[in-house]
Amino acid sequence: MANIHVDIVAAEGHIHSGEAQMVFAPAEMGDVGIAPRHAPLLTRLRPGTVRVQQPDGAELEFFVGGGILEIQPHLVTVLADTALRAKDADEAAALAAKQAAEEKLAGAKDEMDTARAQQELIEAAARLQFVQKLKSPRGH
Amino acid sequence: MPGAKEIRTKIKSVKNTQKITRAMEKVAMSKMRKAQDRMAAARPYAEKIRRTLGHLAQANLEYKHPFTVEREVRRIAYVIVSSDRGLCGGLNMNVFRTTVREVKEWRAKGVEVDFVLIGNKAVSFFRRMGGNVLATATQLGDKPTLEQLLGLIKVVTDAYREGKVDRVVMVSNEFVNTMTQRASPMQLLPIEAVGGEELLDHWDYLYEPAAPELLDYVLQRYVESQVYQGMIENMASEQSARMVAMKSASDNAGKIISSLQLQYNKARQANITKELSEIVGGAAAV
Repeated sequence: MANIHVDIVAAEGHIHSGEAQMVFAPAEMGDVGIAPRHAPLLTRLRPGTVRVQQPDGAELEFFVGGGILEIQPHLVTVLADTALRAKDADEAAALAAKQAAEEKLAGAKDEMDTARAQQELIEAAARLQFVQKLKSPRGH
Repeated sequence: MPGAKEIRTKIKSVKNTQKITRAMEKVAMSKMRKAQDRMAAARPYAEKIRRTLGHLAQANLEYKHPFTVEREVRRIAYVIVSSDRGLCGGLNMNVFRTTVREVKEWRAKGVEVDFVLIGNKAVSFFRRMGGNVLATATQLGDKPTLEQLLGLIKVVTDAYREGKVDRVVMVSNEFVNTMTQRASPMQLLPIEAVGGEELLDHWDYLYEPAAPELLDYVLQRYVESQVYQGMIENMASEQSARMVAMKSASDNAGKIISSLQLQYNKARQANITKELSEIVGGAAAV
């Protein structure tokens, strides 16, 4: 058996699964070609194309925005990132999440007041309805 | 007995409410199907990264990453997954109740607790309850993506890395089936040992680049996929809980309508009988 099993998956969905003669992937330290019985390897991927050479010779191409490549002698797993991600982008997102928390807590008083105002409004409306019922000639 | 007219207005208003709940039920049903598909689509990644971690755990690793090392717990962070919108039965309350119970236990042991909140409902609940909130993510929409959560996850993993918290637990709804959702806590960090199939005895990966850097990357991705999975599962739970809640609301409205209808018929009949007897009485008197 000169085939190797390939799984390509992304967080949001499954991309490809099947047998291959050879797999080419854009690893971080340079492109790698993976034949069956490759030594176990774990590496990061650069954004680029993963090429899968199927047993019948046809070639499939998949774009990955980075991710993880795991190689076992008979198994290749590509954990792809669908999105292009930069370190700074993560940092900025983290800051935004923190700020959101602070704003939510700072704004707590205002929103509490809104809730109270709404409560009062409902009560006032109920009172008004009651008064109108009392005033109506038929008593309901 | 109240007048026939009032009963008729009441029936009308209940019917209007029923129309709304029925529409919501239909909407939730179709959204649930999509949410379930998304949940199924996210599963392969979670499985594969788990398998990779399983392999890693068996490799002869001299280096131990902080994410896998158990520490004495002095401060704990709870990631709470909730829905953005209400009208979905006891779904969110179950999560909050589970969390509050656990938080009480930790506090009794002298452990401080931080919160990380996903979803509007969690934000408004924990604002009332108080507590230190590290990060929030709300308004995720019907099609949440991993990117929307990355910031929040980074806050959590950074806090863990810097030793600000010693454990991270995620509480979310586990989707058992359409009728059943279970609020279940799950430990995110430190990562609990993942079992995998037995491989060769003595082997290790070739790491490119060096192991620490690479492990950091893999484990970060693992935590991300876990949180994403939790959120997406919670979303499927939300839709199915809403569907069930709206279905029972529509059924209840139907019951109210039929009992009101009965009341209305009785009132009308009483009126007719009264008029008849008055006519007959009047005729007899003449």
